[in-house]
Amino acid sequence: MSTTTPGAAAPETAPPVDPPAPRPRTSGGSARRSRGQSLRGLLIKIVLLGIVDAIALFAMFVLVMQESWLVFGIAAVVTVVINLIYLRPGWLPAKYLAPGVFFLALFQIFVVGYSGYIAFTNYGDGHNSTKEDAIESIIANSLTRVPDSPTYRLTVVEQLGTYGFLVTDPDGETLLGTPDQPLDEVDAEEDSTGKAVGVAGWNSLAFGDLLANQSLIADLSVPLSDDPNDGALRTPDGSNAYVYTSDLVYDEASDTFTDTTGGTVYRDGGEGAFVSDAGQELQPGWKIDVGFDNFVRAFTNEDIRGPLLSVTVWTFAFAILSVASTFALGLFLAIVFNAPHMRGKKIYRVIMVLPYAFPGFLSALVFLGLFNQQFGFFNQVLLGGASIPWLTDPWLAKFSILFVNLWLGFPYMFLICTGALQSIPEELAEAATVDGARPWAVFRLIKFPLLLVSVAPLLISSFAFNFNNFNLIYMLTGGGPRDVTAGVDAGATDILITLVYKVAFGEGTGRDYGLASAFAILIFLIVATISIVSFRKTKALEELN
Amino acid sequence: MSNPFNPQQGGQVADRLNPLVAGSQATDAAPPASRAIPVRRRRGFVRWFLDTGWRHLIGIVMLVFAAFPLLYVLSASLNPTGTLVGSNELFRTIDFSNYVELFQRPQQPYAAWFLNTLVIGLVTAAGTVFLGALAAYAFSRLRFTGRRVGLLTLLLVQMFPQLLGVVAIFLLMSGIGEIFPQIGIGTQAGLILVYLGGALGVNTYLMYGFFNTIPISIDEAAKLDGASHAQIFFTIVLRLVAPILAVVGLLSFIGTFSEFVIASIMLTDPQTQTLAVGLYQFVSQETSRNWAIFSAGAVLAAIPVMALFLYLQKYIVGGLTAGSVK
Repeated sequence: MSTTTPGAAAPETAPPVDPPAPRPRTSGGSARRSRGQSLRGLLIKIVLLGIVDAIALFAMFVLVMQESWLVFGIAAVVTVVINLIYLRPGWLPAKYLAPGVFFLALFQIFVVGYSGYIAFTNYGDGHNSTKEDAIESIIANSLTRVPDSPTYRLTVVEQLGTYGFLVTDPDGETLLGTPDQPLDEVDAEEDSTGKAVGVAGWNSLAFGDLLANQSLIADLSVPLSDDPNDGALRTPDGSNAYVYTSDLVYDEASDTFTDTTGGTVYRDGGEGAFVSDAGQELQPGWKIDVGFDNFVRAFTNEDIRGPLLSVTVWTFAFAILSVASTFALGLFLAIVFNAPHMRGKKIYRVIMVLPYAFPGFLSALVFLGLFNQQFGFFNQVLLGGASIPWLTDPWLAKFSILFVNLWLGFPYMFLICTGALQSIPEELAEAATVDGARPWAVFRLIKFPLLLVSVAPLLISSFAFNFNNFNLIYMLTGGGPRDVTAGVDAGATDILITLVYKVAFGEGTGRDYGLASAFAILIFLIVATISIVSFRKTKALEELN
Repeated sequence: MSNPFNPQQGGQVADRLNPLVAGSQATDAAPPASRAIPVRRRRGFVRWFLDTGWRHLIGIVMLVFAAFPLLYVLSASLNPTGTLVGSNELFRTIDFSNYVELFQRPQQPYAAWFLNTLVIGLVTAAGTVFLGALAAYAFSRLRFTGRRVGLLTLLLVQMFPQLLGVVAIFLLMSGIGEIFPQIGIGTQAGLILVYLGGALGVNTYLMYGFFNTIPISIDEAAKLDGASHAQIFFTIVLRLVAPILAVVGLLSFIGTFSEFVIASIMLTDPQTQTLAVGLYQFVSQETSRNWAIFSAGAVLAAIPVMALFLYLQKYIVGGLTAGSVK
């Protein structure tokens, strides 16, 4: 991942890097000027490459500290390749392509692949991390105070924002530990009662500091030793610490948790969590690969399959109807205003393009107010105080969305249709008229097919755009009204991409990155298939002409 | 003027908006004032109406349809009562208190949002233009193995918009943030980097097409005069393709301006957010109560984009028809 870092500087870096390579070519009269520029170019190149390398080195250093060897390896290879590209003469195309390709590789290609990987895991709330982390936090979450715990006299200390416990154990030994570092013996200053009060390198917290960070300090638990089952020290008051142990004891050999109070045994159920025989799960779990589970779940689990199906159908309906309605209106207007003698066309054009120039997300929010059931302009003024649920009735909400998208999209279609109409030679129409064709026939049989050839690719990209028109749906209805029977947070106007967003980052239900990515892969497959098929078709159309 | 969707009243609204149209209509369509030549005038009117008059009728309806929501939000922003109900009487009062109030809410730092959006949009646009121009130059002027495959790959990758990878981007940036907090989740620098991932693609295609229209003999002449490839690129080609650079930069800026999904997961601190994220959260929570202030914010936010758009409309339309969608 750290490969990003060299990239941070890459945009500025890449370009000036090129100048020096072909210097030998300089010749004759302009040689002096050229050499001067090349020298400047060389300097710029050295400086920028130096900055990139410095950042890359820093990144690799951090990666070594964190022991992320795989990422370190990738970062090292990328850095070497970048240096080779810009220091070695030749490889001209690479010099120009490298910066863009770097970003493309990381934030497009890698992201696609990573989405694919996540779709095969149970990544999400409660399954965020590794099994070791899960075991540690299960123990930490279930700590209770040992009834006859000895008292450790405590001084809370701080170093660079990390809090630690400096304790004097019942035998008079002084020990220091932090939540990440178990207690260890340390030489400390002691006061007259033998309580350790300070240690070199750490600040002892005064009473006021304790009060200010009360809740933080109450949450600290400092392990007694490397074995989490030994328990940890916690402090209820900031001056004394007591031993806390977990009710849940982890046994590494059998890979189980045992509840010491009830004797229940929790086993690794193979689904990324410890489960008891009665089916009770310990939180948190951890991330595992689940194979096709997310896809299987999407297609067989009734609670998900139903909503997914209706969302998919609406996604298609929305995209097709949006393209059809905006194209119809845009084409109609293009024909209406394609009149050579008409006055004031310019003004009509400018005003009609305004919805397109207005930022899209703002339009959706403005219509949110216009459509408001209680106070909105449409209900209050146009319909004289009616209370029509424009955005909260499943069918009306669909209508409202199409209406708003018509408003947003018709200027674009108007513009491209006008352009396409004007590029059709007038002679064709004239010839047809001379042959006795009526205006409607001229349009239907000559102009429209020609127009379609030049506009078809744009209609396809418009379809692909609307297929993922997140802003409009999410800002206008939020996908609602919500289908309460669904097992996922899906509503009547949700399209696939808003469903992905809500499943992954929604507030109502827990985050489920795995399932969301599975949905995203589905969208990708659908859009890719449609685009490829339809672009093939339009190419065929073009060849016909 | 209570009902602009009523065609007659709508016509009046449009007339007021648009004196030129109103004027042309008045002269052409006015009923004959004198009775001296009623028949001929009427026949003239009918013919005029059948030829172009009906077009004006449709035009006026469309003007109302297109302009009404924008007038509505402008009127709401000037309305001091501040609520959604109060905004229903258009232009009853004109008062700029909402614009003042907009900048005095510590919870919704509008000024910061505005600035963030401009900075992120401009940096992303500059980066996109730059990366795209470099790649387009390579594809247009240099011949190398993998060139065709490269162009096709760009097309293919673009079918998976960044939007779809939002989950992966979130997790990737969280991971990067653990190593480099400066560009991880929650930072604008990180967001810009993610946006730059989309720099190659449709934009490169637009530029590639335009680069191809610049005669290669210009490059060759410069080469004979001793210019290096970098000198040719930076001092000659880039100047000749300036119009397409402007278009791509503008399209990228407008796209970034309205981008919500990735910005909303990347930026969580209100101080760092963009207009799209901030205004959405602002108005979606209490639509009615915050309406007038939101409207003021919307008007201010829309001004730079609309001004740029209308100013460069000619180029943009050309760019759009060449294959990009808003």
